[in-house]
Amino acid sequence: MAFQVSTEMDGKVAKVTLVGDLDGSSAPAFKEAIDAIDTANTEKLVLFLDKLEYMASAGLRVLIFAKQKMGAAADLYAIAPQEMVLDTMEKTGFIQSVIVADTFEG
Amino acid sequence: MDILSRIDIHPTHTSSDGKFKLRRGRPEPFGASLVPGGVNFSVFSSYATACTLVLFEKHAKEPFAEIPFPDEFRIGNVFNMVVFALDYENLEYGYRMEAPFPAAERGQPAIHRFDRQHILLDPYAKVIGGRDVWGQTPDWEDVYHHRARIAFDDFDWEDDRPLEIPPEDQIIYEMHVRSFTRHASSGVKESRRGTFAGLRDKIPYLKELGVNAIELMPVFEFDEFENSRPNPQNPDQLLVNYWGYSTVGFFAPKAGYAATGKLGMQVDELKAMVKELHRNGIEVILDVVFNHTAEGNEYGPVISYRGLDNRTYYMLTPEGYYFNFSGCGNTLNCNNPIVRDMVLDCLRYWASEYHIDGFRFDLASILGRDPWGFPLANPPLLEALAFDPILAKCKLIAEAWDAGGLYQVGSFPAFGRWAEWNGKYRDTLRKFLKGDSGQVGSLAQCVQGSPHLYAASGRVPATSINFITAHDGFTLRDLVSYNHKHNEANGENNNDGSNDNDSWNCGWEGETDNLGIQALRFRQIQNALILLLVSQGVPMILMGDEMGRTQYGNNNTYCHDSELNWLDWGLLEQNNHLFEFCRHAIAFRNAHPVLRNTGHFRNRDYVGSGLPDISWHGTKAWYADWSAETRTIAFLLCGRHAKQGTVTDNTIYVAANSHWQAHWFELPQPPAGTQWHVFANTGAPVPDNVWAPGTEPRLENQQGILLGDRSVVVLLAK
Repeated sequence: MAFQVSTEMDGKVAKVTLVGDLDGSSAPAFKEAIDAIDTANTEKLVLFLDKLEYMASAGLRVLIFAKQKMGAAADLYAIAPQEMVLDTMEKTGFIQSVIVADTFEG
Repeated sequence: MDILSRIDIHPTHTSSDGKFKLRRGRPEPFGASLVPGGVNFSVFSSYATACTLVLFEKHAKEPFAEIPFPDEFRIGNVFNMVVFALDYENLEYGYRMEAPFPAAERGQPAIHRFDRQHILLDPYAKVIGGRDVWGQTPDWEDVYHHRARIAFDDFDWEDDRPLEIPPEDQIIYEMHVRSFTRHASSGVKESRRGTFAGLRDKIPYLKELGVNAIELMPVFEFDEFENSRPNPQNPDQLLVNYWGYSTVGFFAPKAGYAATGKLGMQVDELKAMVKELHRNGIEVILDVVFNHTAEGNEYGPVISYRGLDNRTYYMLTPEGYYFNFSGCGNTLNCNNPIVRDMVLDCLRYWASEYHIDGFRFDLASILGRDPWGFPLANPPLLEALAFDPILAKCKLIAEAWDAGGLYQVGSFPAFGRWAEWNGKYRDTLRKFLKGDSGQVGSLAQCVQGSPHLYAASGRVPATSINFITAHDGFTLRDLVSYNHKHNEANGENNNDGSNDNDSWNCGWEGETDNLGIQALRFRQIQNALILLLVSQGVPMILMGDEMGRTQYGNNNTYCHDSELNWLDWGLLEQNNHLFEFCRHAIAFRNAHPVLRNTGHFRNRDYVGSGLPDISWHGTKAWYADWSAETRTIAFLLCGRHAKQGTVTDNTIYVAANSHWQAHWFELPQPPAGTQWHVFANTGAPVPDNVWAPGTEPRLENQQGILLGDRSVVVLLAK
């Protein structure tokens, strides 16, 4: 499925919605979206993942990049990841770097 | 002020087909490294005259590009080149080598084995594809089986680093990644069984057991299909290279051990496992196999080293046959400076990039042989490893023998750093346990950390990695259940595996319903575990011994991807009394520093406690009978001398009776103001055989204790 990424700033919360397959060809667009976030004015990075169907190594790389770019003080949320994506985050240990929730309120 | 952007990262050359922009690379580091805008490829060969980089898309049957290294890009014997604008997430690469030597025929000896037809794996590959999912039948027609990929160094370690647990405080658990959780009874989610992620799920079990180090049988990339063949006893099943003591690539984790291997995320999964183990206070030691490679002898496959530089990487006879000190077809030429540097680079990489805490070197004596096979007095590789700044806090453990007859337990060139798997400890404990005569003197050395082997050369007790069982040989349950090996399932007519097991079946060969024999076996297992855990040095427990794992008498299960190797977690419930005994014995060791001394005993009182640091007893207090037919011995550890008198501990008394008759042991007086309490008595029925540390009951008769036949008692003065 074609990959789409959209970003919305809500105060100090950056909301990023990912749709489709996040692989080597689509990861650069995701990284570009993360790059564009003003870290200094962002306290939470919220990734809406319910429509993300697949994540390859390249996708994980950008997630790690997002976490490291945000720094330890900011929280990274993964909202409603599908089973494959959640499973990959669990197996690779990335789950420890992210707050997983069904919904985001706040 | 504007800063001038880098001008050294732009292409200067174009490939001959015009498709790729290139630039002169850097010879170091070897391997493929990400540089701005591209990938730096660097590969060494002493005798090749030309090299071609071969590029594939992931899993593609045919390469999408072949780029010869321009002549001017070679520095010395290193071909190096930057290729720009590669999709490195989706890239696999290899090399073709050319040299003016005739191609070697398979099966024939040869000094050089260059052949442009072969696509060769980079020895420094950090990720290797091709066997992404364990047991998935490869495409045998593939032109490139083990495919180098590029790794990323972006793992989020947070504040993790190697734990640096003092060696004498370690309790090692030797295990196989796949065997640990592959069995359905592991309770691990199916997609994670037999993987790094599965192991991570079972960390709470390791914590409950109380060990603080795991030693992983090989996790470098290997090929489970190497020498695979149908199981003669079950043709539907393949016999495979299950243990993995045959390395394909020294820098890459075994993809088939990762639940995410098919996604190429094995690096992340292994690092996440290490990080979580560290978070739980457990170190990770890797069993590394530098004595040979997966390329075998003259008949073996061309994977990497022999096609890149056969003469450098391997020990060869003058005719070009492979020396076979490893028993596995070839011998890596570890004291050639090139290979030595590769080994050092490799271990530095694992220590720094994966936060590995230590290494156990398989058949380490080979690492001390010169290129012609002769043992060196001061092997440069062992010295380099001992003094390396990056490895400075890593545990270095030698399996101090090889298949060529070199046996160096007690004499391995240590440079003040190397510990040893103490094979003599194993042999003595086994002989004593089965009641052989003439063992009490040797046993006394063993429980002291083998000072007869190590003290004179200034090597500390923790030099001795004490073990009774390891992956090679019987499990502990089989050690007390079989007199002879039963390796028929290996398809080698029971000729493989050791014949010198020093085992005793307790009266019946194999499984039995006889309750008396079962009870005796249970007692013998407890005797082994408790003696191991009260010995000075570093105890090592084999995975599953704490719950009575059996291999049904097979003492060499290297080829079985089956329940013969998989840990059956149902045993935990079935033999819970054994697990409880082991758990308490580990907790007892952890609670008592007097069992974990940093230096050897001096056999005298040097703190003014009124007791020597260690004293020897027998059935009579203060009188040890060292004669050949004696099978009773006891020792007293003075708590005031714990850790060379730097901490105060309880005084501990250990009595062992390997005789087939009960014996009354007269007890030495406990220190003033204390009384003897019973921590363990293997001759007592469950649950009075062991007590949780801190809950030990007072011994009723403070003057003496009856040790049943073949039993061990541990008392605590408090």
